[in-house]
Amino acid sequence: MKTIKVLGPGCAKCKTTYNNVLEAVKHSGIEAEVIKVEDIEEMMKYNILTTPVLIIDEVIKVKGRVANVQEIMQFLSKE
Amino acid sequence: MFNGLQYFADWLIYTVFGISPQSHLGEALNFFVFDTLKIFILLFAITTIMGIVNSYFPVDKVRNFLSRNKLFGLEYLFASSFGVITPFCSCSSVPLFIGFVKGGIPLGITFTYLITAPLVNEVAIAIFAGAFGFKVTAWYVLTGIALGIIGGFILGKLKLEKQLSTWAQGVIANAKTEEQLQEVKLTLLQRLPLIFKDALHIVKGVSVYIILGIAVGGFMHGYLPTGFFEQYINKGQWYAVPLAVFIGIPMYSNAAGVIPVVQVLVAKGVPLGTAIAFMMGVIGLSLPEAMLLKKVMNWKLIAIYFGTIALFMILSGYLFNIIL
Repeated sequence: MKTIKVLGPGCAKCKTTYNNVLEAVKHSGIEAEVIKVEDIEEMMKYNILTTPVLIIDEVIKVKGRVANVQEIMQFLSKE
Repeated sequence: MFNGLQYFADWLIYTVFGISPQSHLGEALNFFVFDTLKIFILLFAITTIMGIVNSYFPVDKVRNFLSRNKLFGLEYLFASSFGVITPFCSCSSVPLFIGFVKGGIPLGITFTYLITAPLVNEVAIAIFAGAFGFKVTAWYVLTGIALGIIGGFILGKLKLEKQLSTWAQGVIANAKTEEQLQEVKLTLLQRLPLIFKDALHIVKGVSVYIILGIAVGGFMHGYLPTGFFEQYINKGQWYAVPLAVFIGIPMYSNAAGVIPVVQVLVAKGVPLGTAIAFMMGVIGLSLPEAMLLKKVMNWKLIAIYFGTIALFMILSGYLFNIIL
């Protein structure tokens, strides 16, 4: 099962990314655990400069912008 | 440049809706239509241009550039200029701060970036240009850059590294080796669709604030008599500028929300410098940002940071009152 993390301290962009992930997971039918990481200490364990950040199975896929649903579905289907 | 747009607004409100140009409602609505459309157009245009520039200079590259190159004192200018062209979300202030310092960029230069980035961004520039024209906008951009350079330089000289929070110092000390940057080699034409989409997204995102801000502005424009504020504030009172800054700091709005309001303040008699100082206070410093930065700085550092910036905002306010 995939683990998808969305990093962001709680601004609108991070929420949008998180919702997009939920949608993408629903539409693609793939089993995934979706976690929203809002704690700064947790976030900084990854090497990031800007939020929001989309991470799938511990690999950073999108950083600094909102990932849209199609993009996320593409990531999910590739692996 | 926007005459055609003004004709459209006049036609829409006075002809189509039949509201009298002499009435308060007519003036307010006209202002609303004209300003909203003008700002949306400017915003989309400038966001697209910035998006193109930013496509070639993403923050990762900026950080690597600043940490690797000996720039003979020009680092501050570069850091500030990068602050202008890269988009900034205040929720990114902590990752950015740590990322920069981790990457070996001196504290002062990091501060320069952190000061200029929220103050001078595409939304602020577009709306400023729409509200006050390009000359004032150019001065604002230059002041934002100067503020960043001088503020960052001074903060850097104060040797504040010990004032970083324990956690921050730990993260920086344990910095892992950077993962290789994946260079995406796309032509300009290939980048454009995404840039346009992002620009549209940004415009959509701030549209609510713009409309709200303009609605408030429009109301004030139509219903407050000209010179309304002059009775309370004018250039003669020396405390107007610092007061404006201090009122602005605890408040937070993005540029989209506050500039239309500022525009009306000016139209109703507030001196331009005082109004800009207020705006800088609102956009550049805020309570939410202080809360976020608490994670990486102790209160003393935050106080020094805010204090220095506030001081320069006040100075800028005075300067603008003199030259504009």
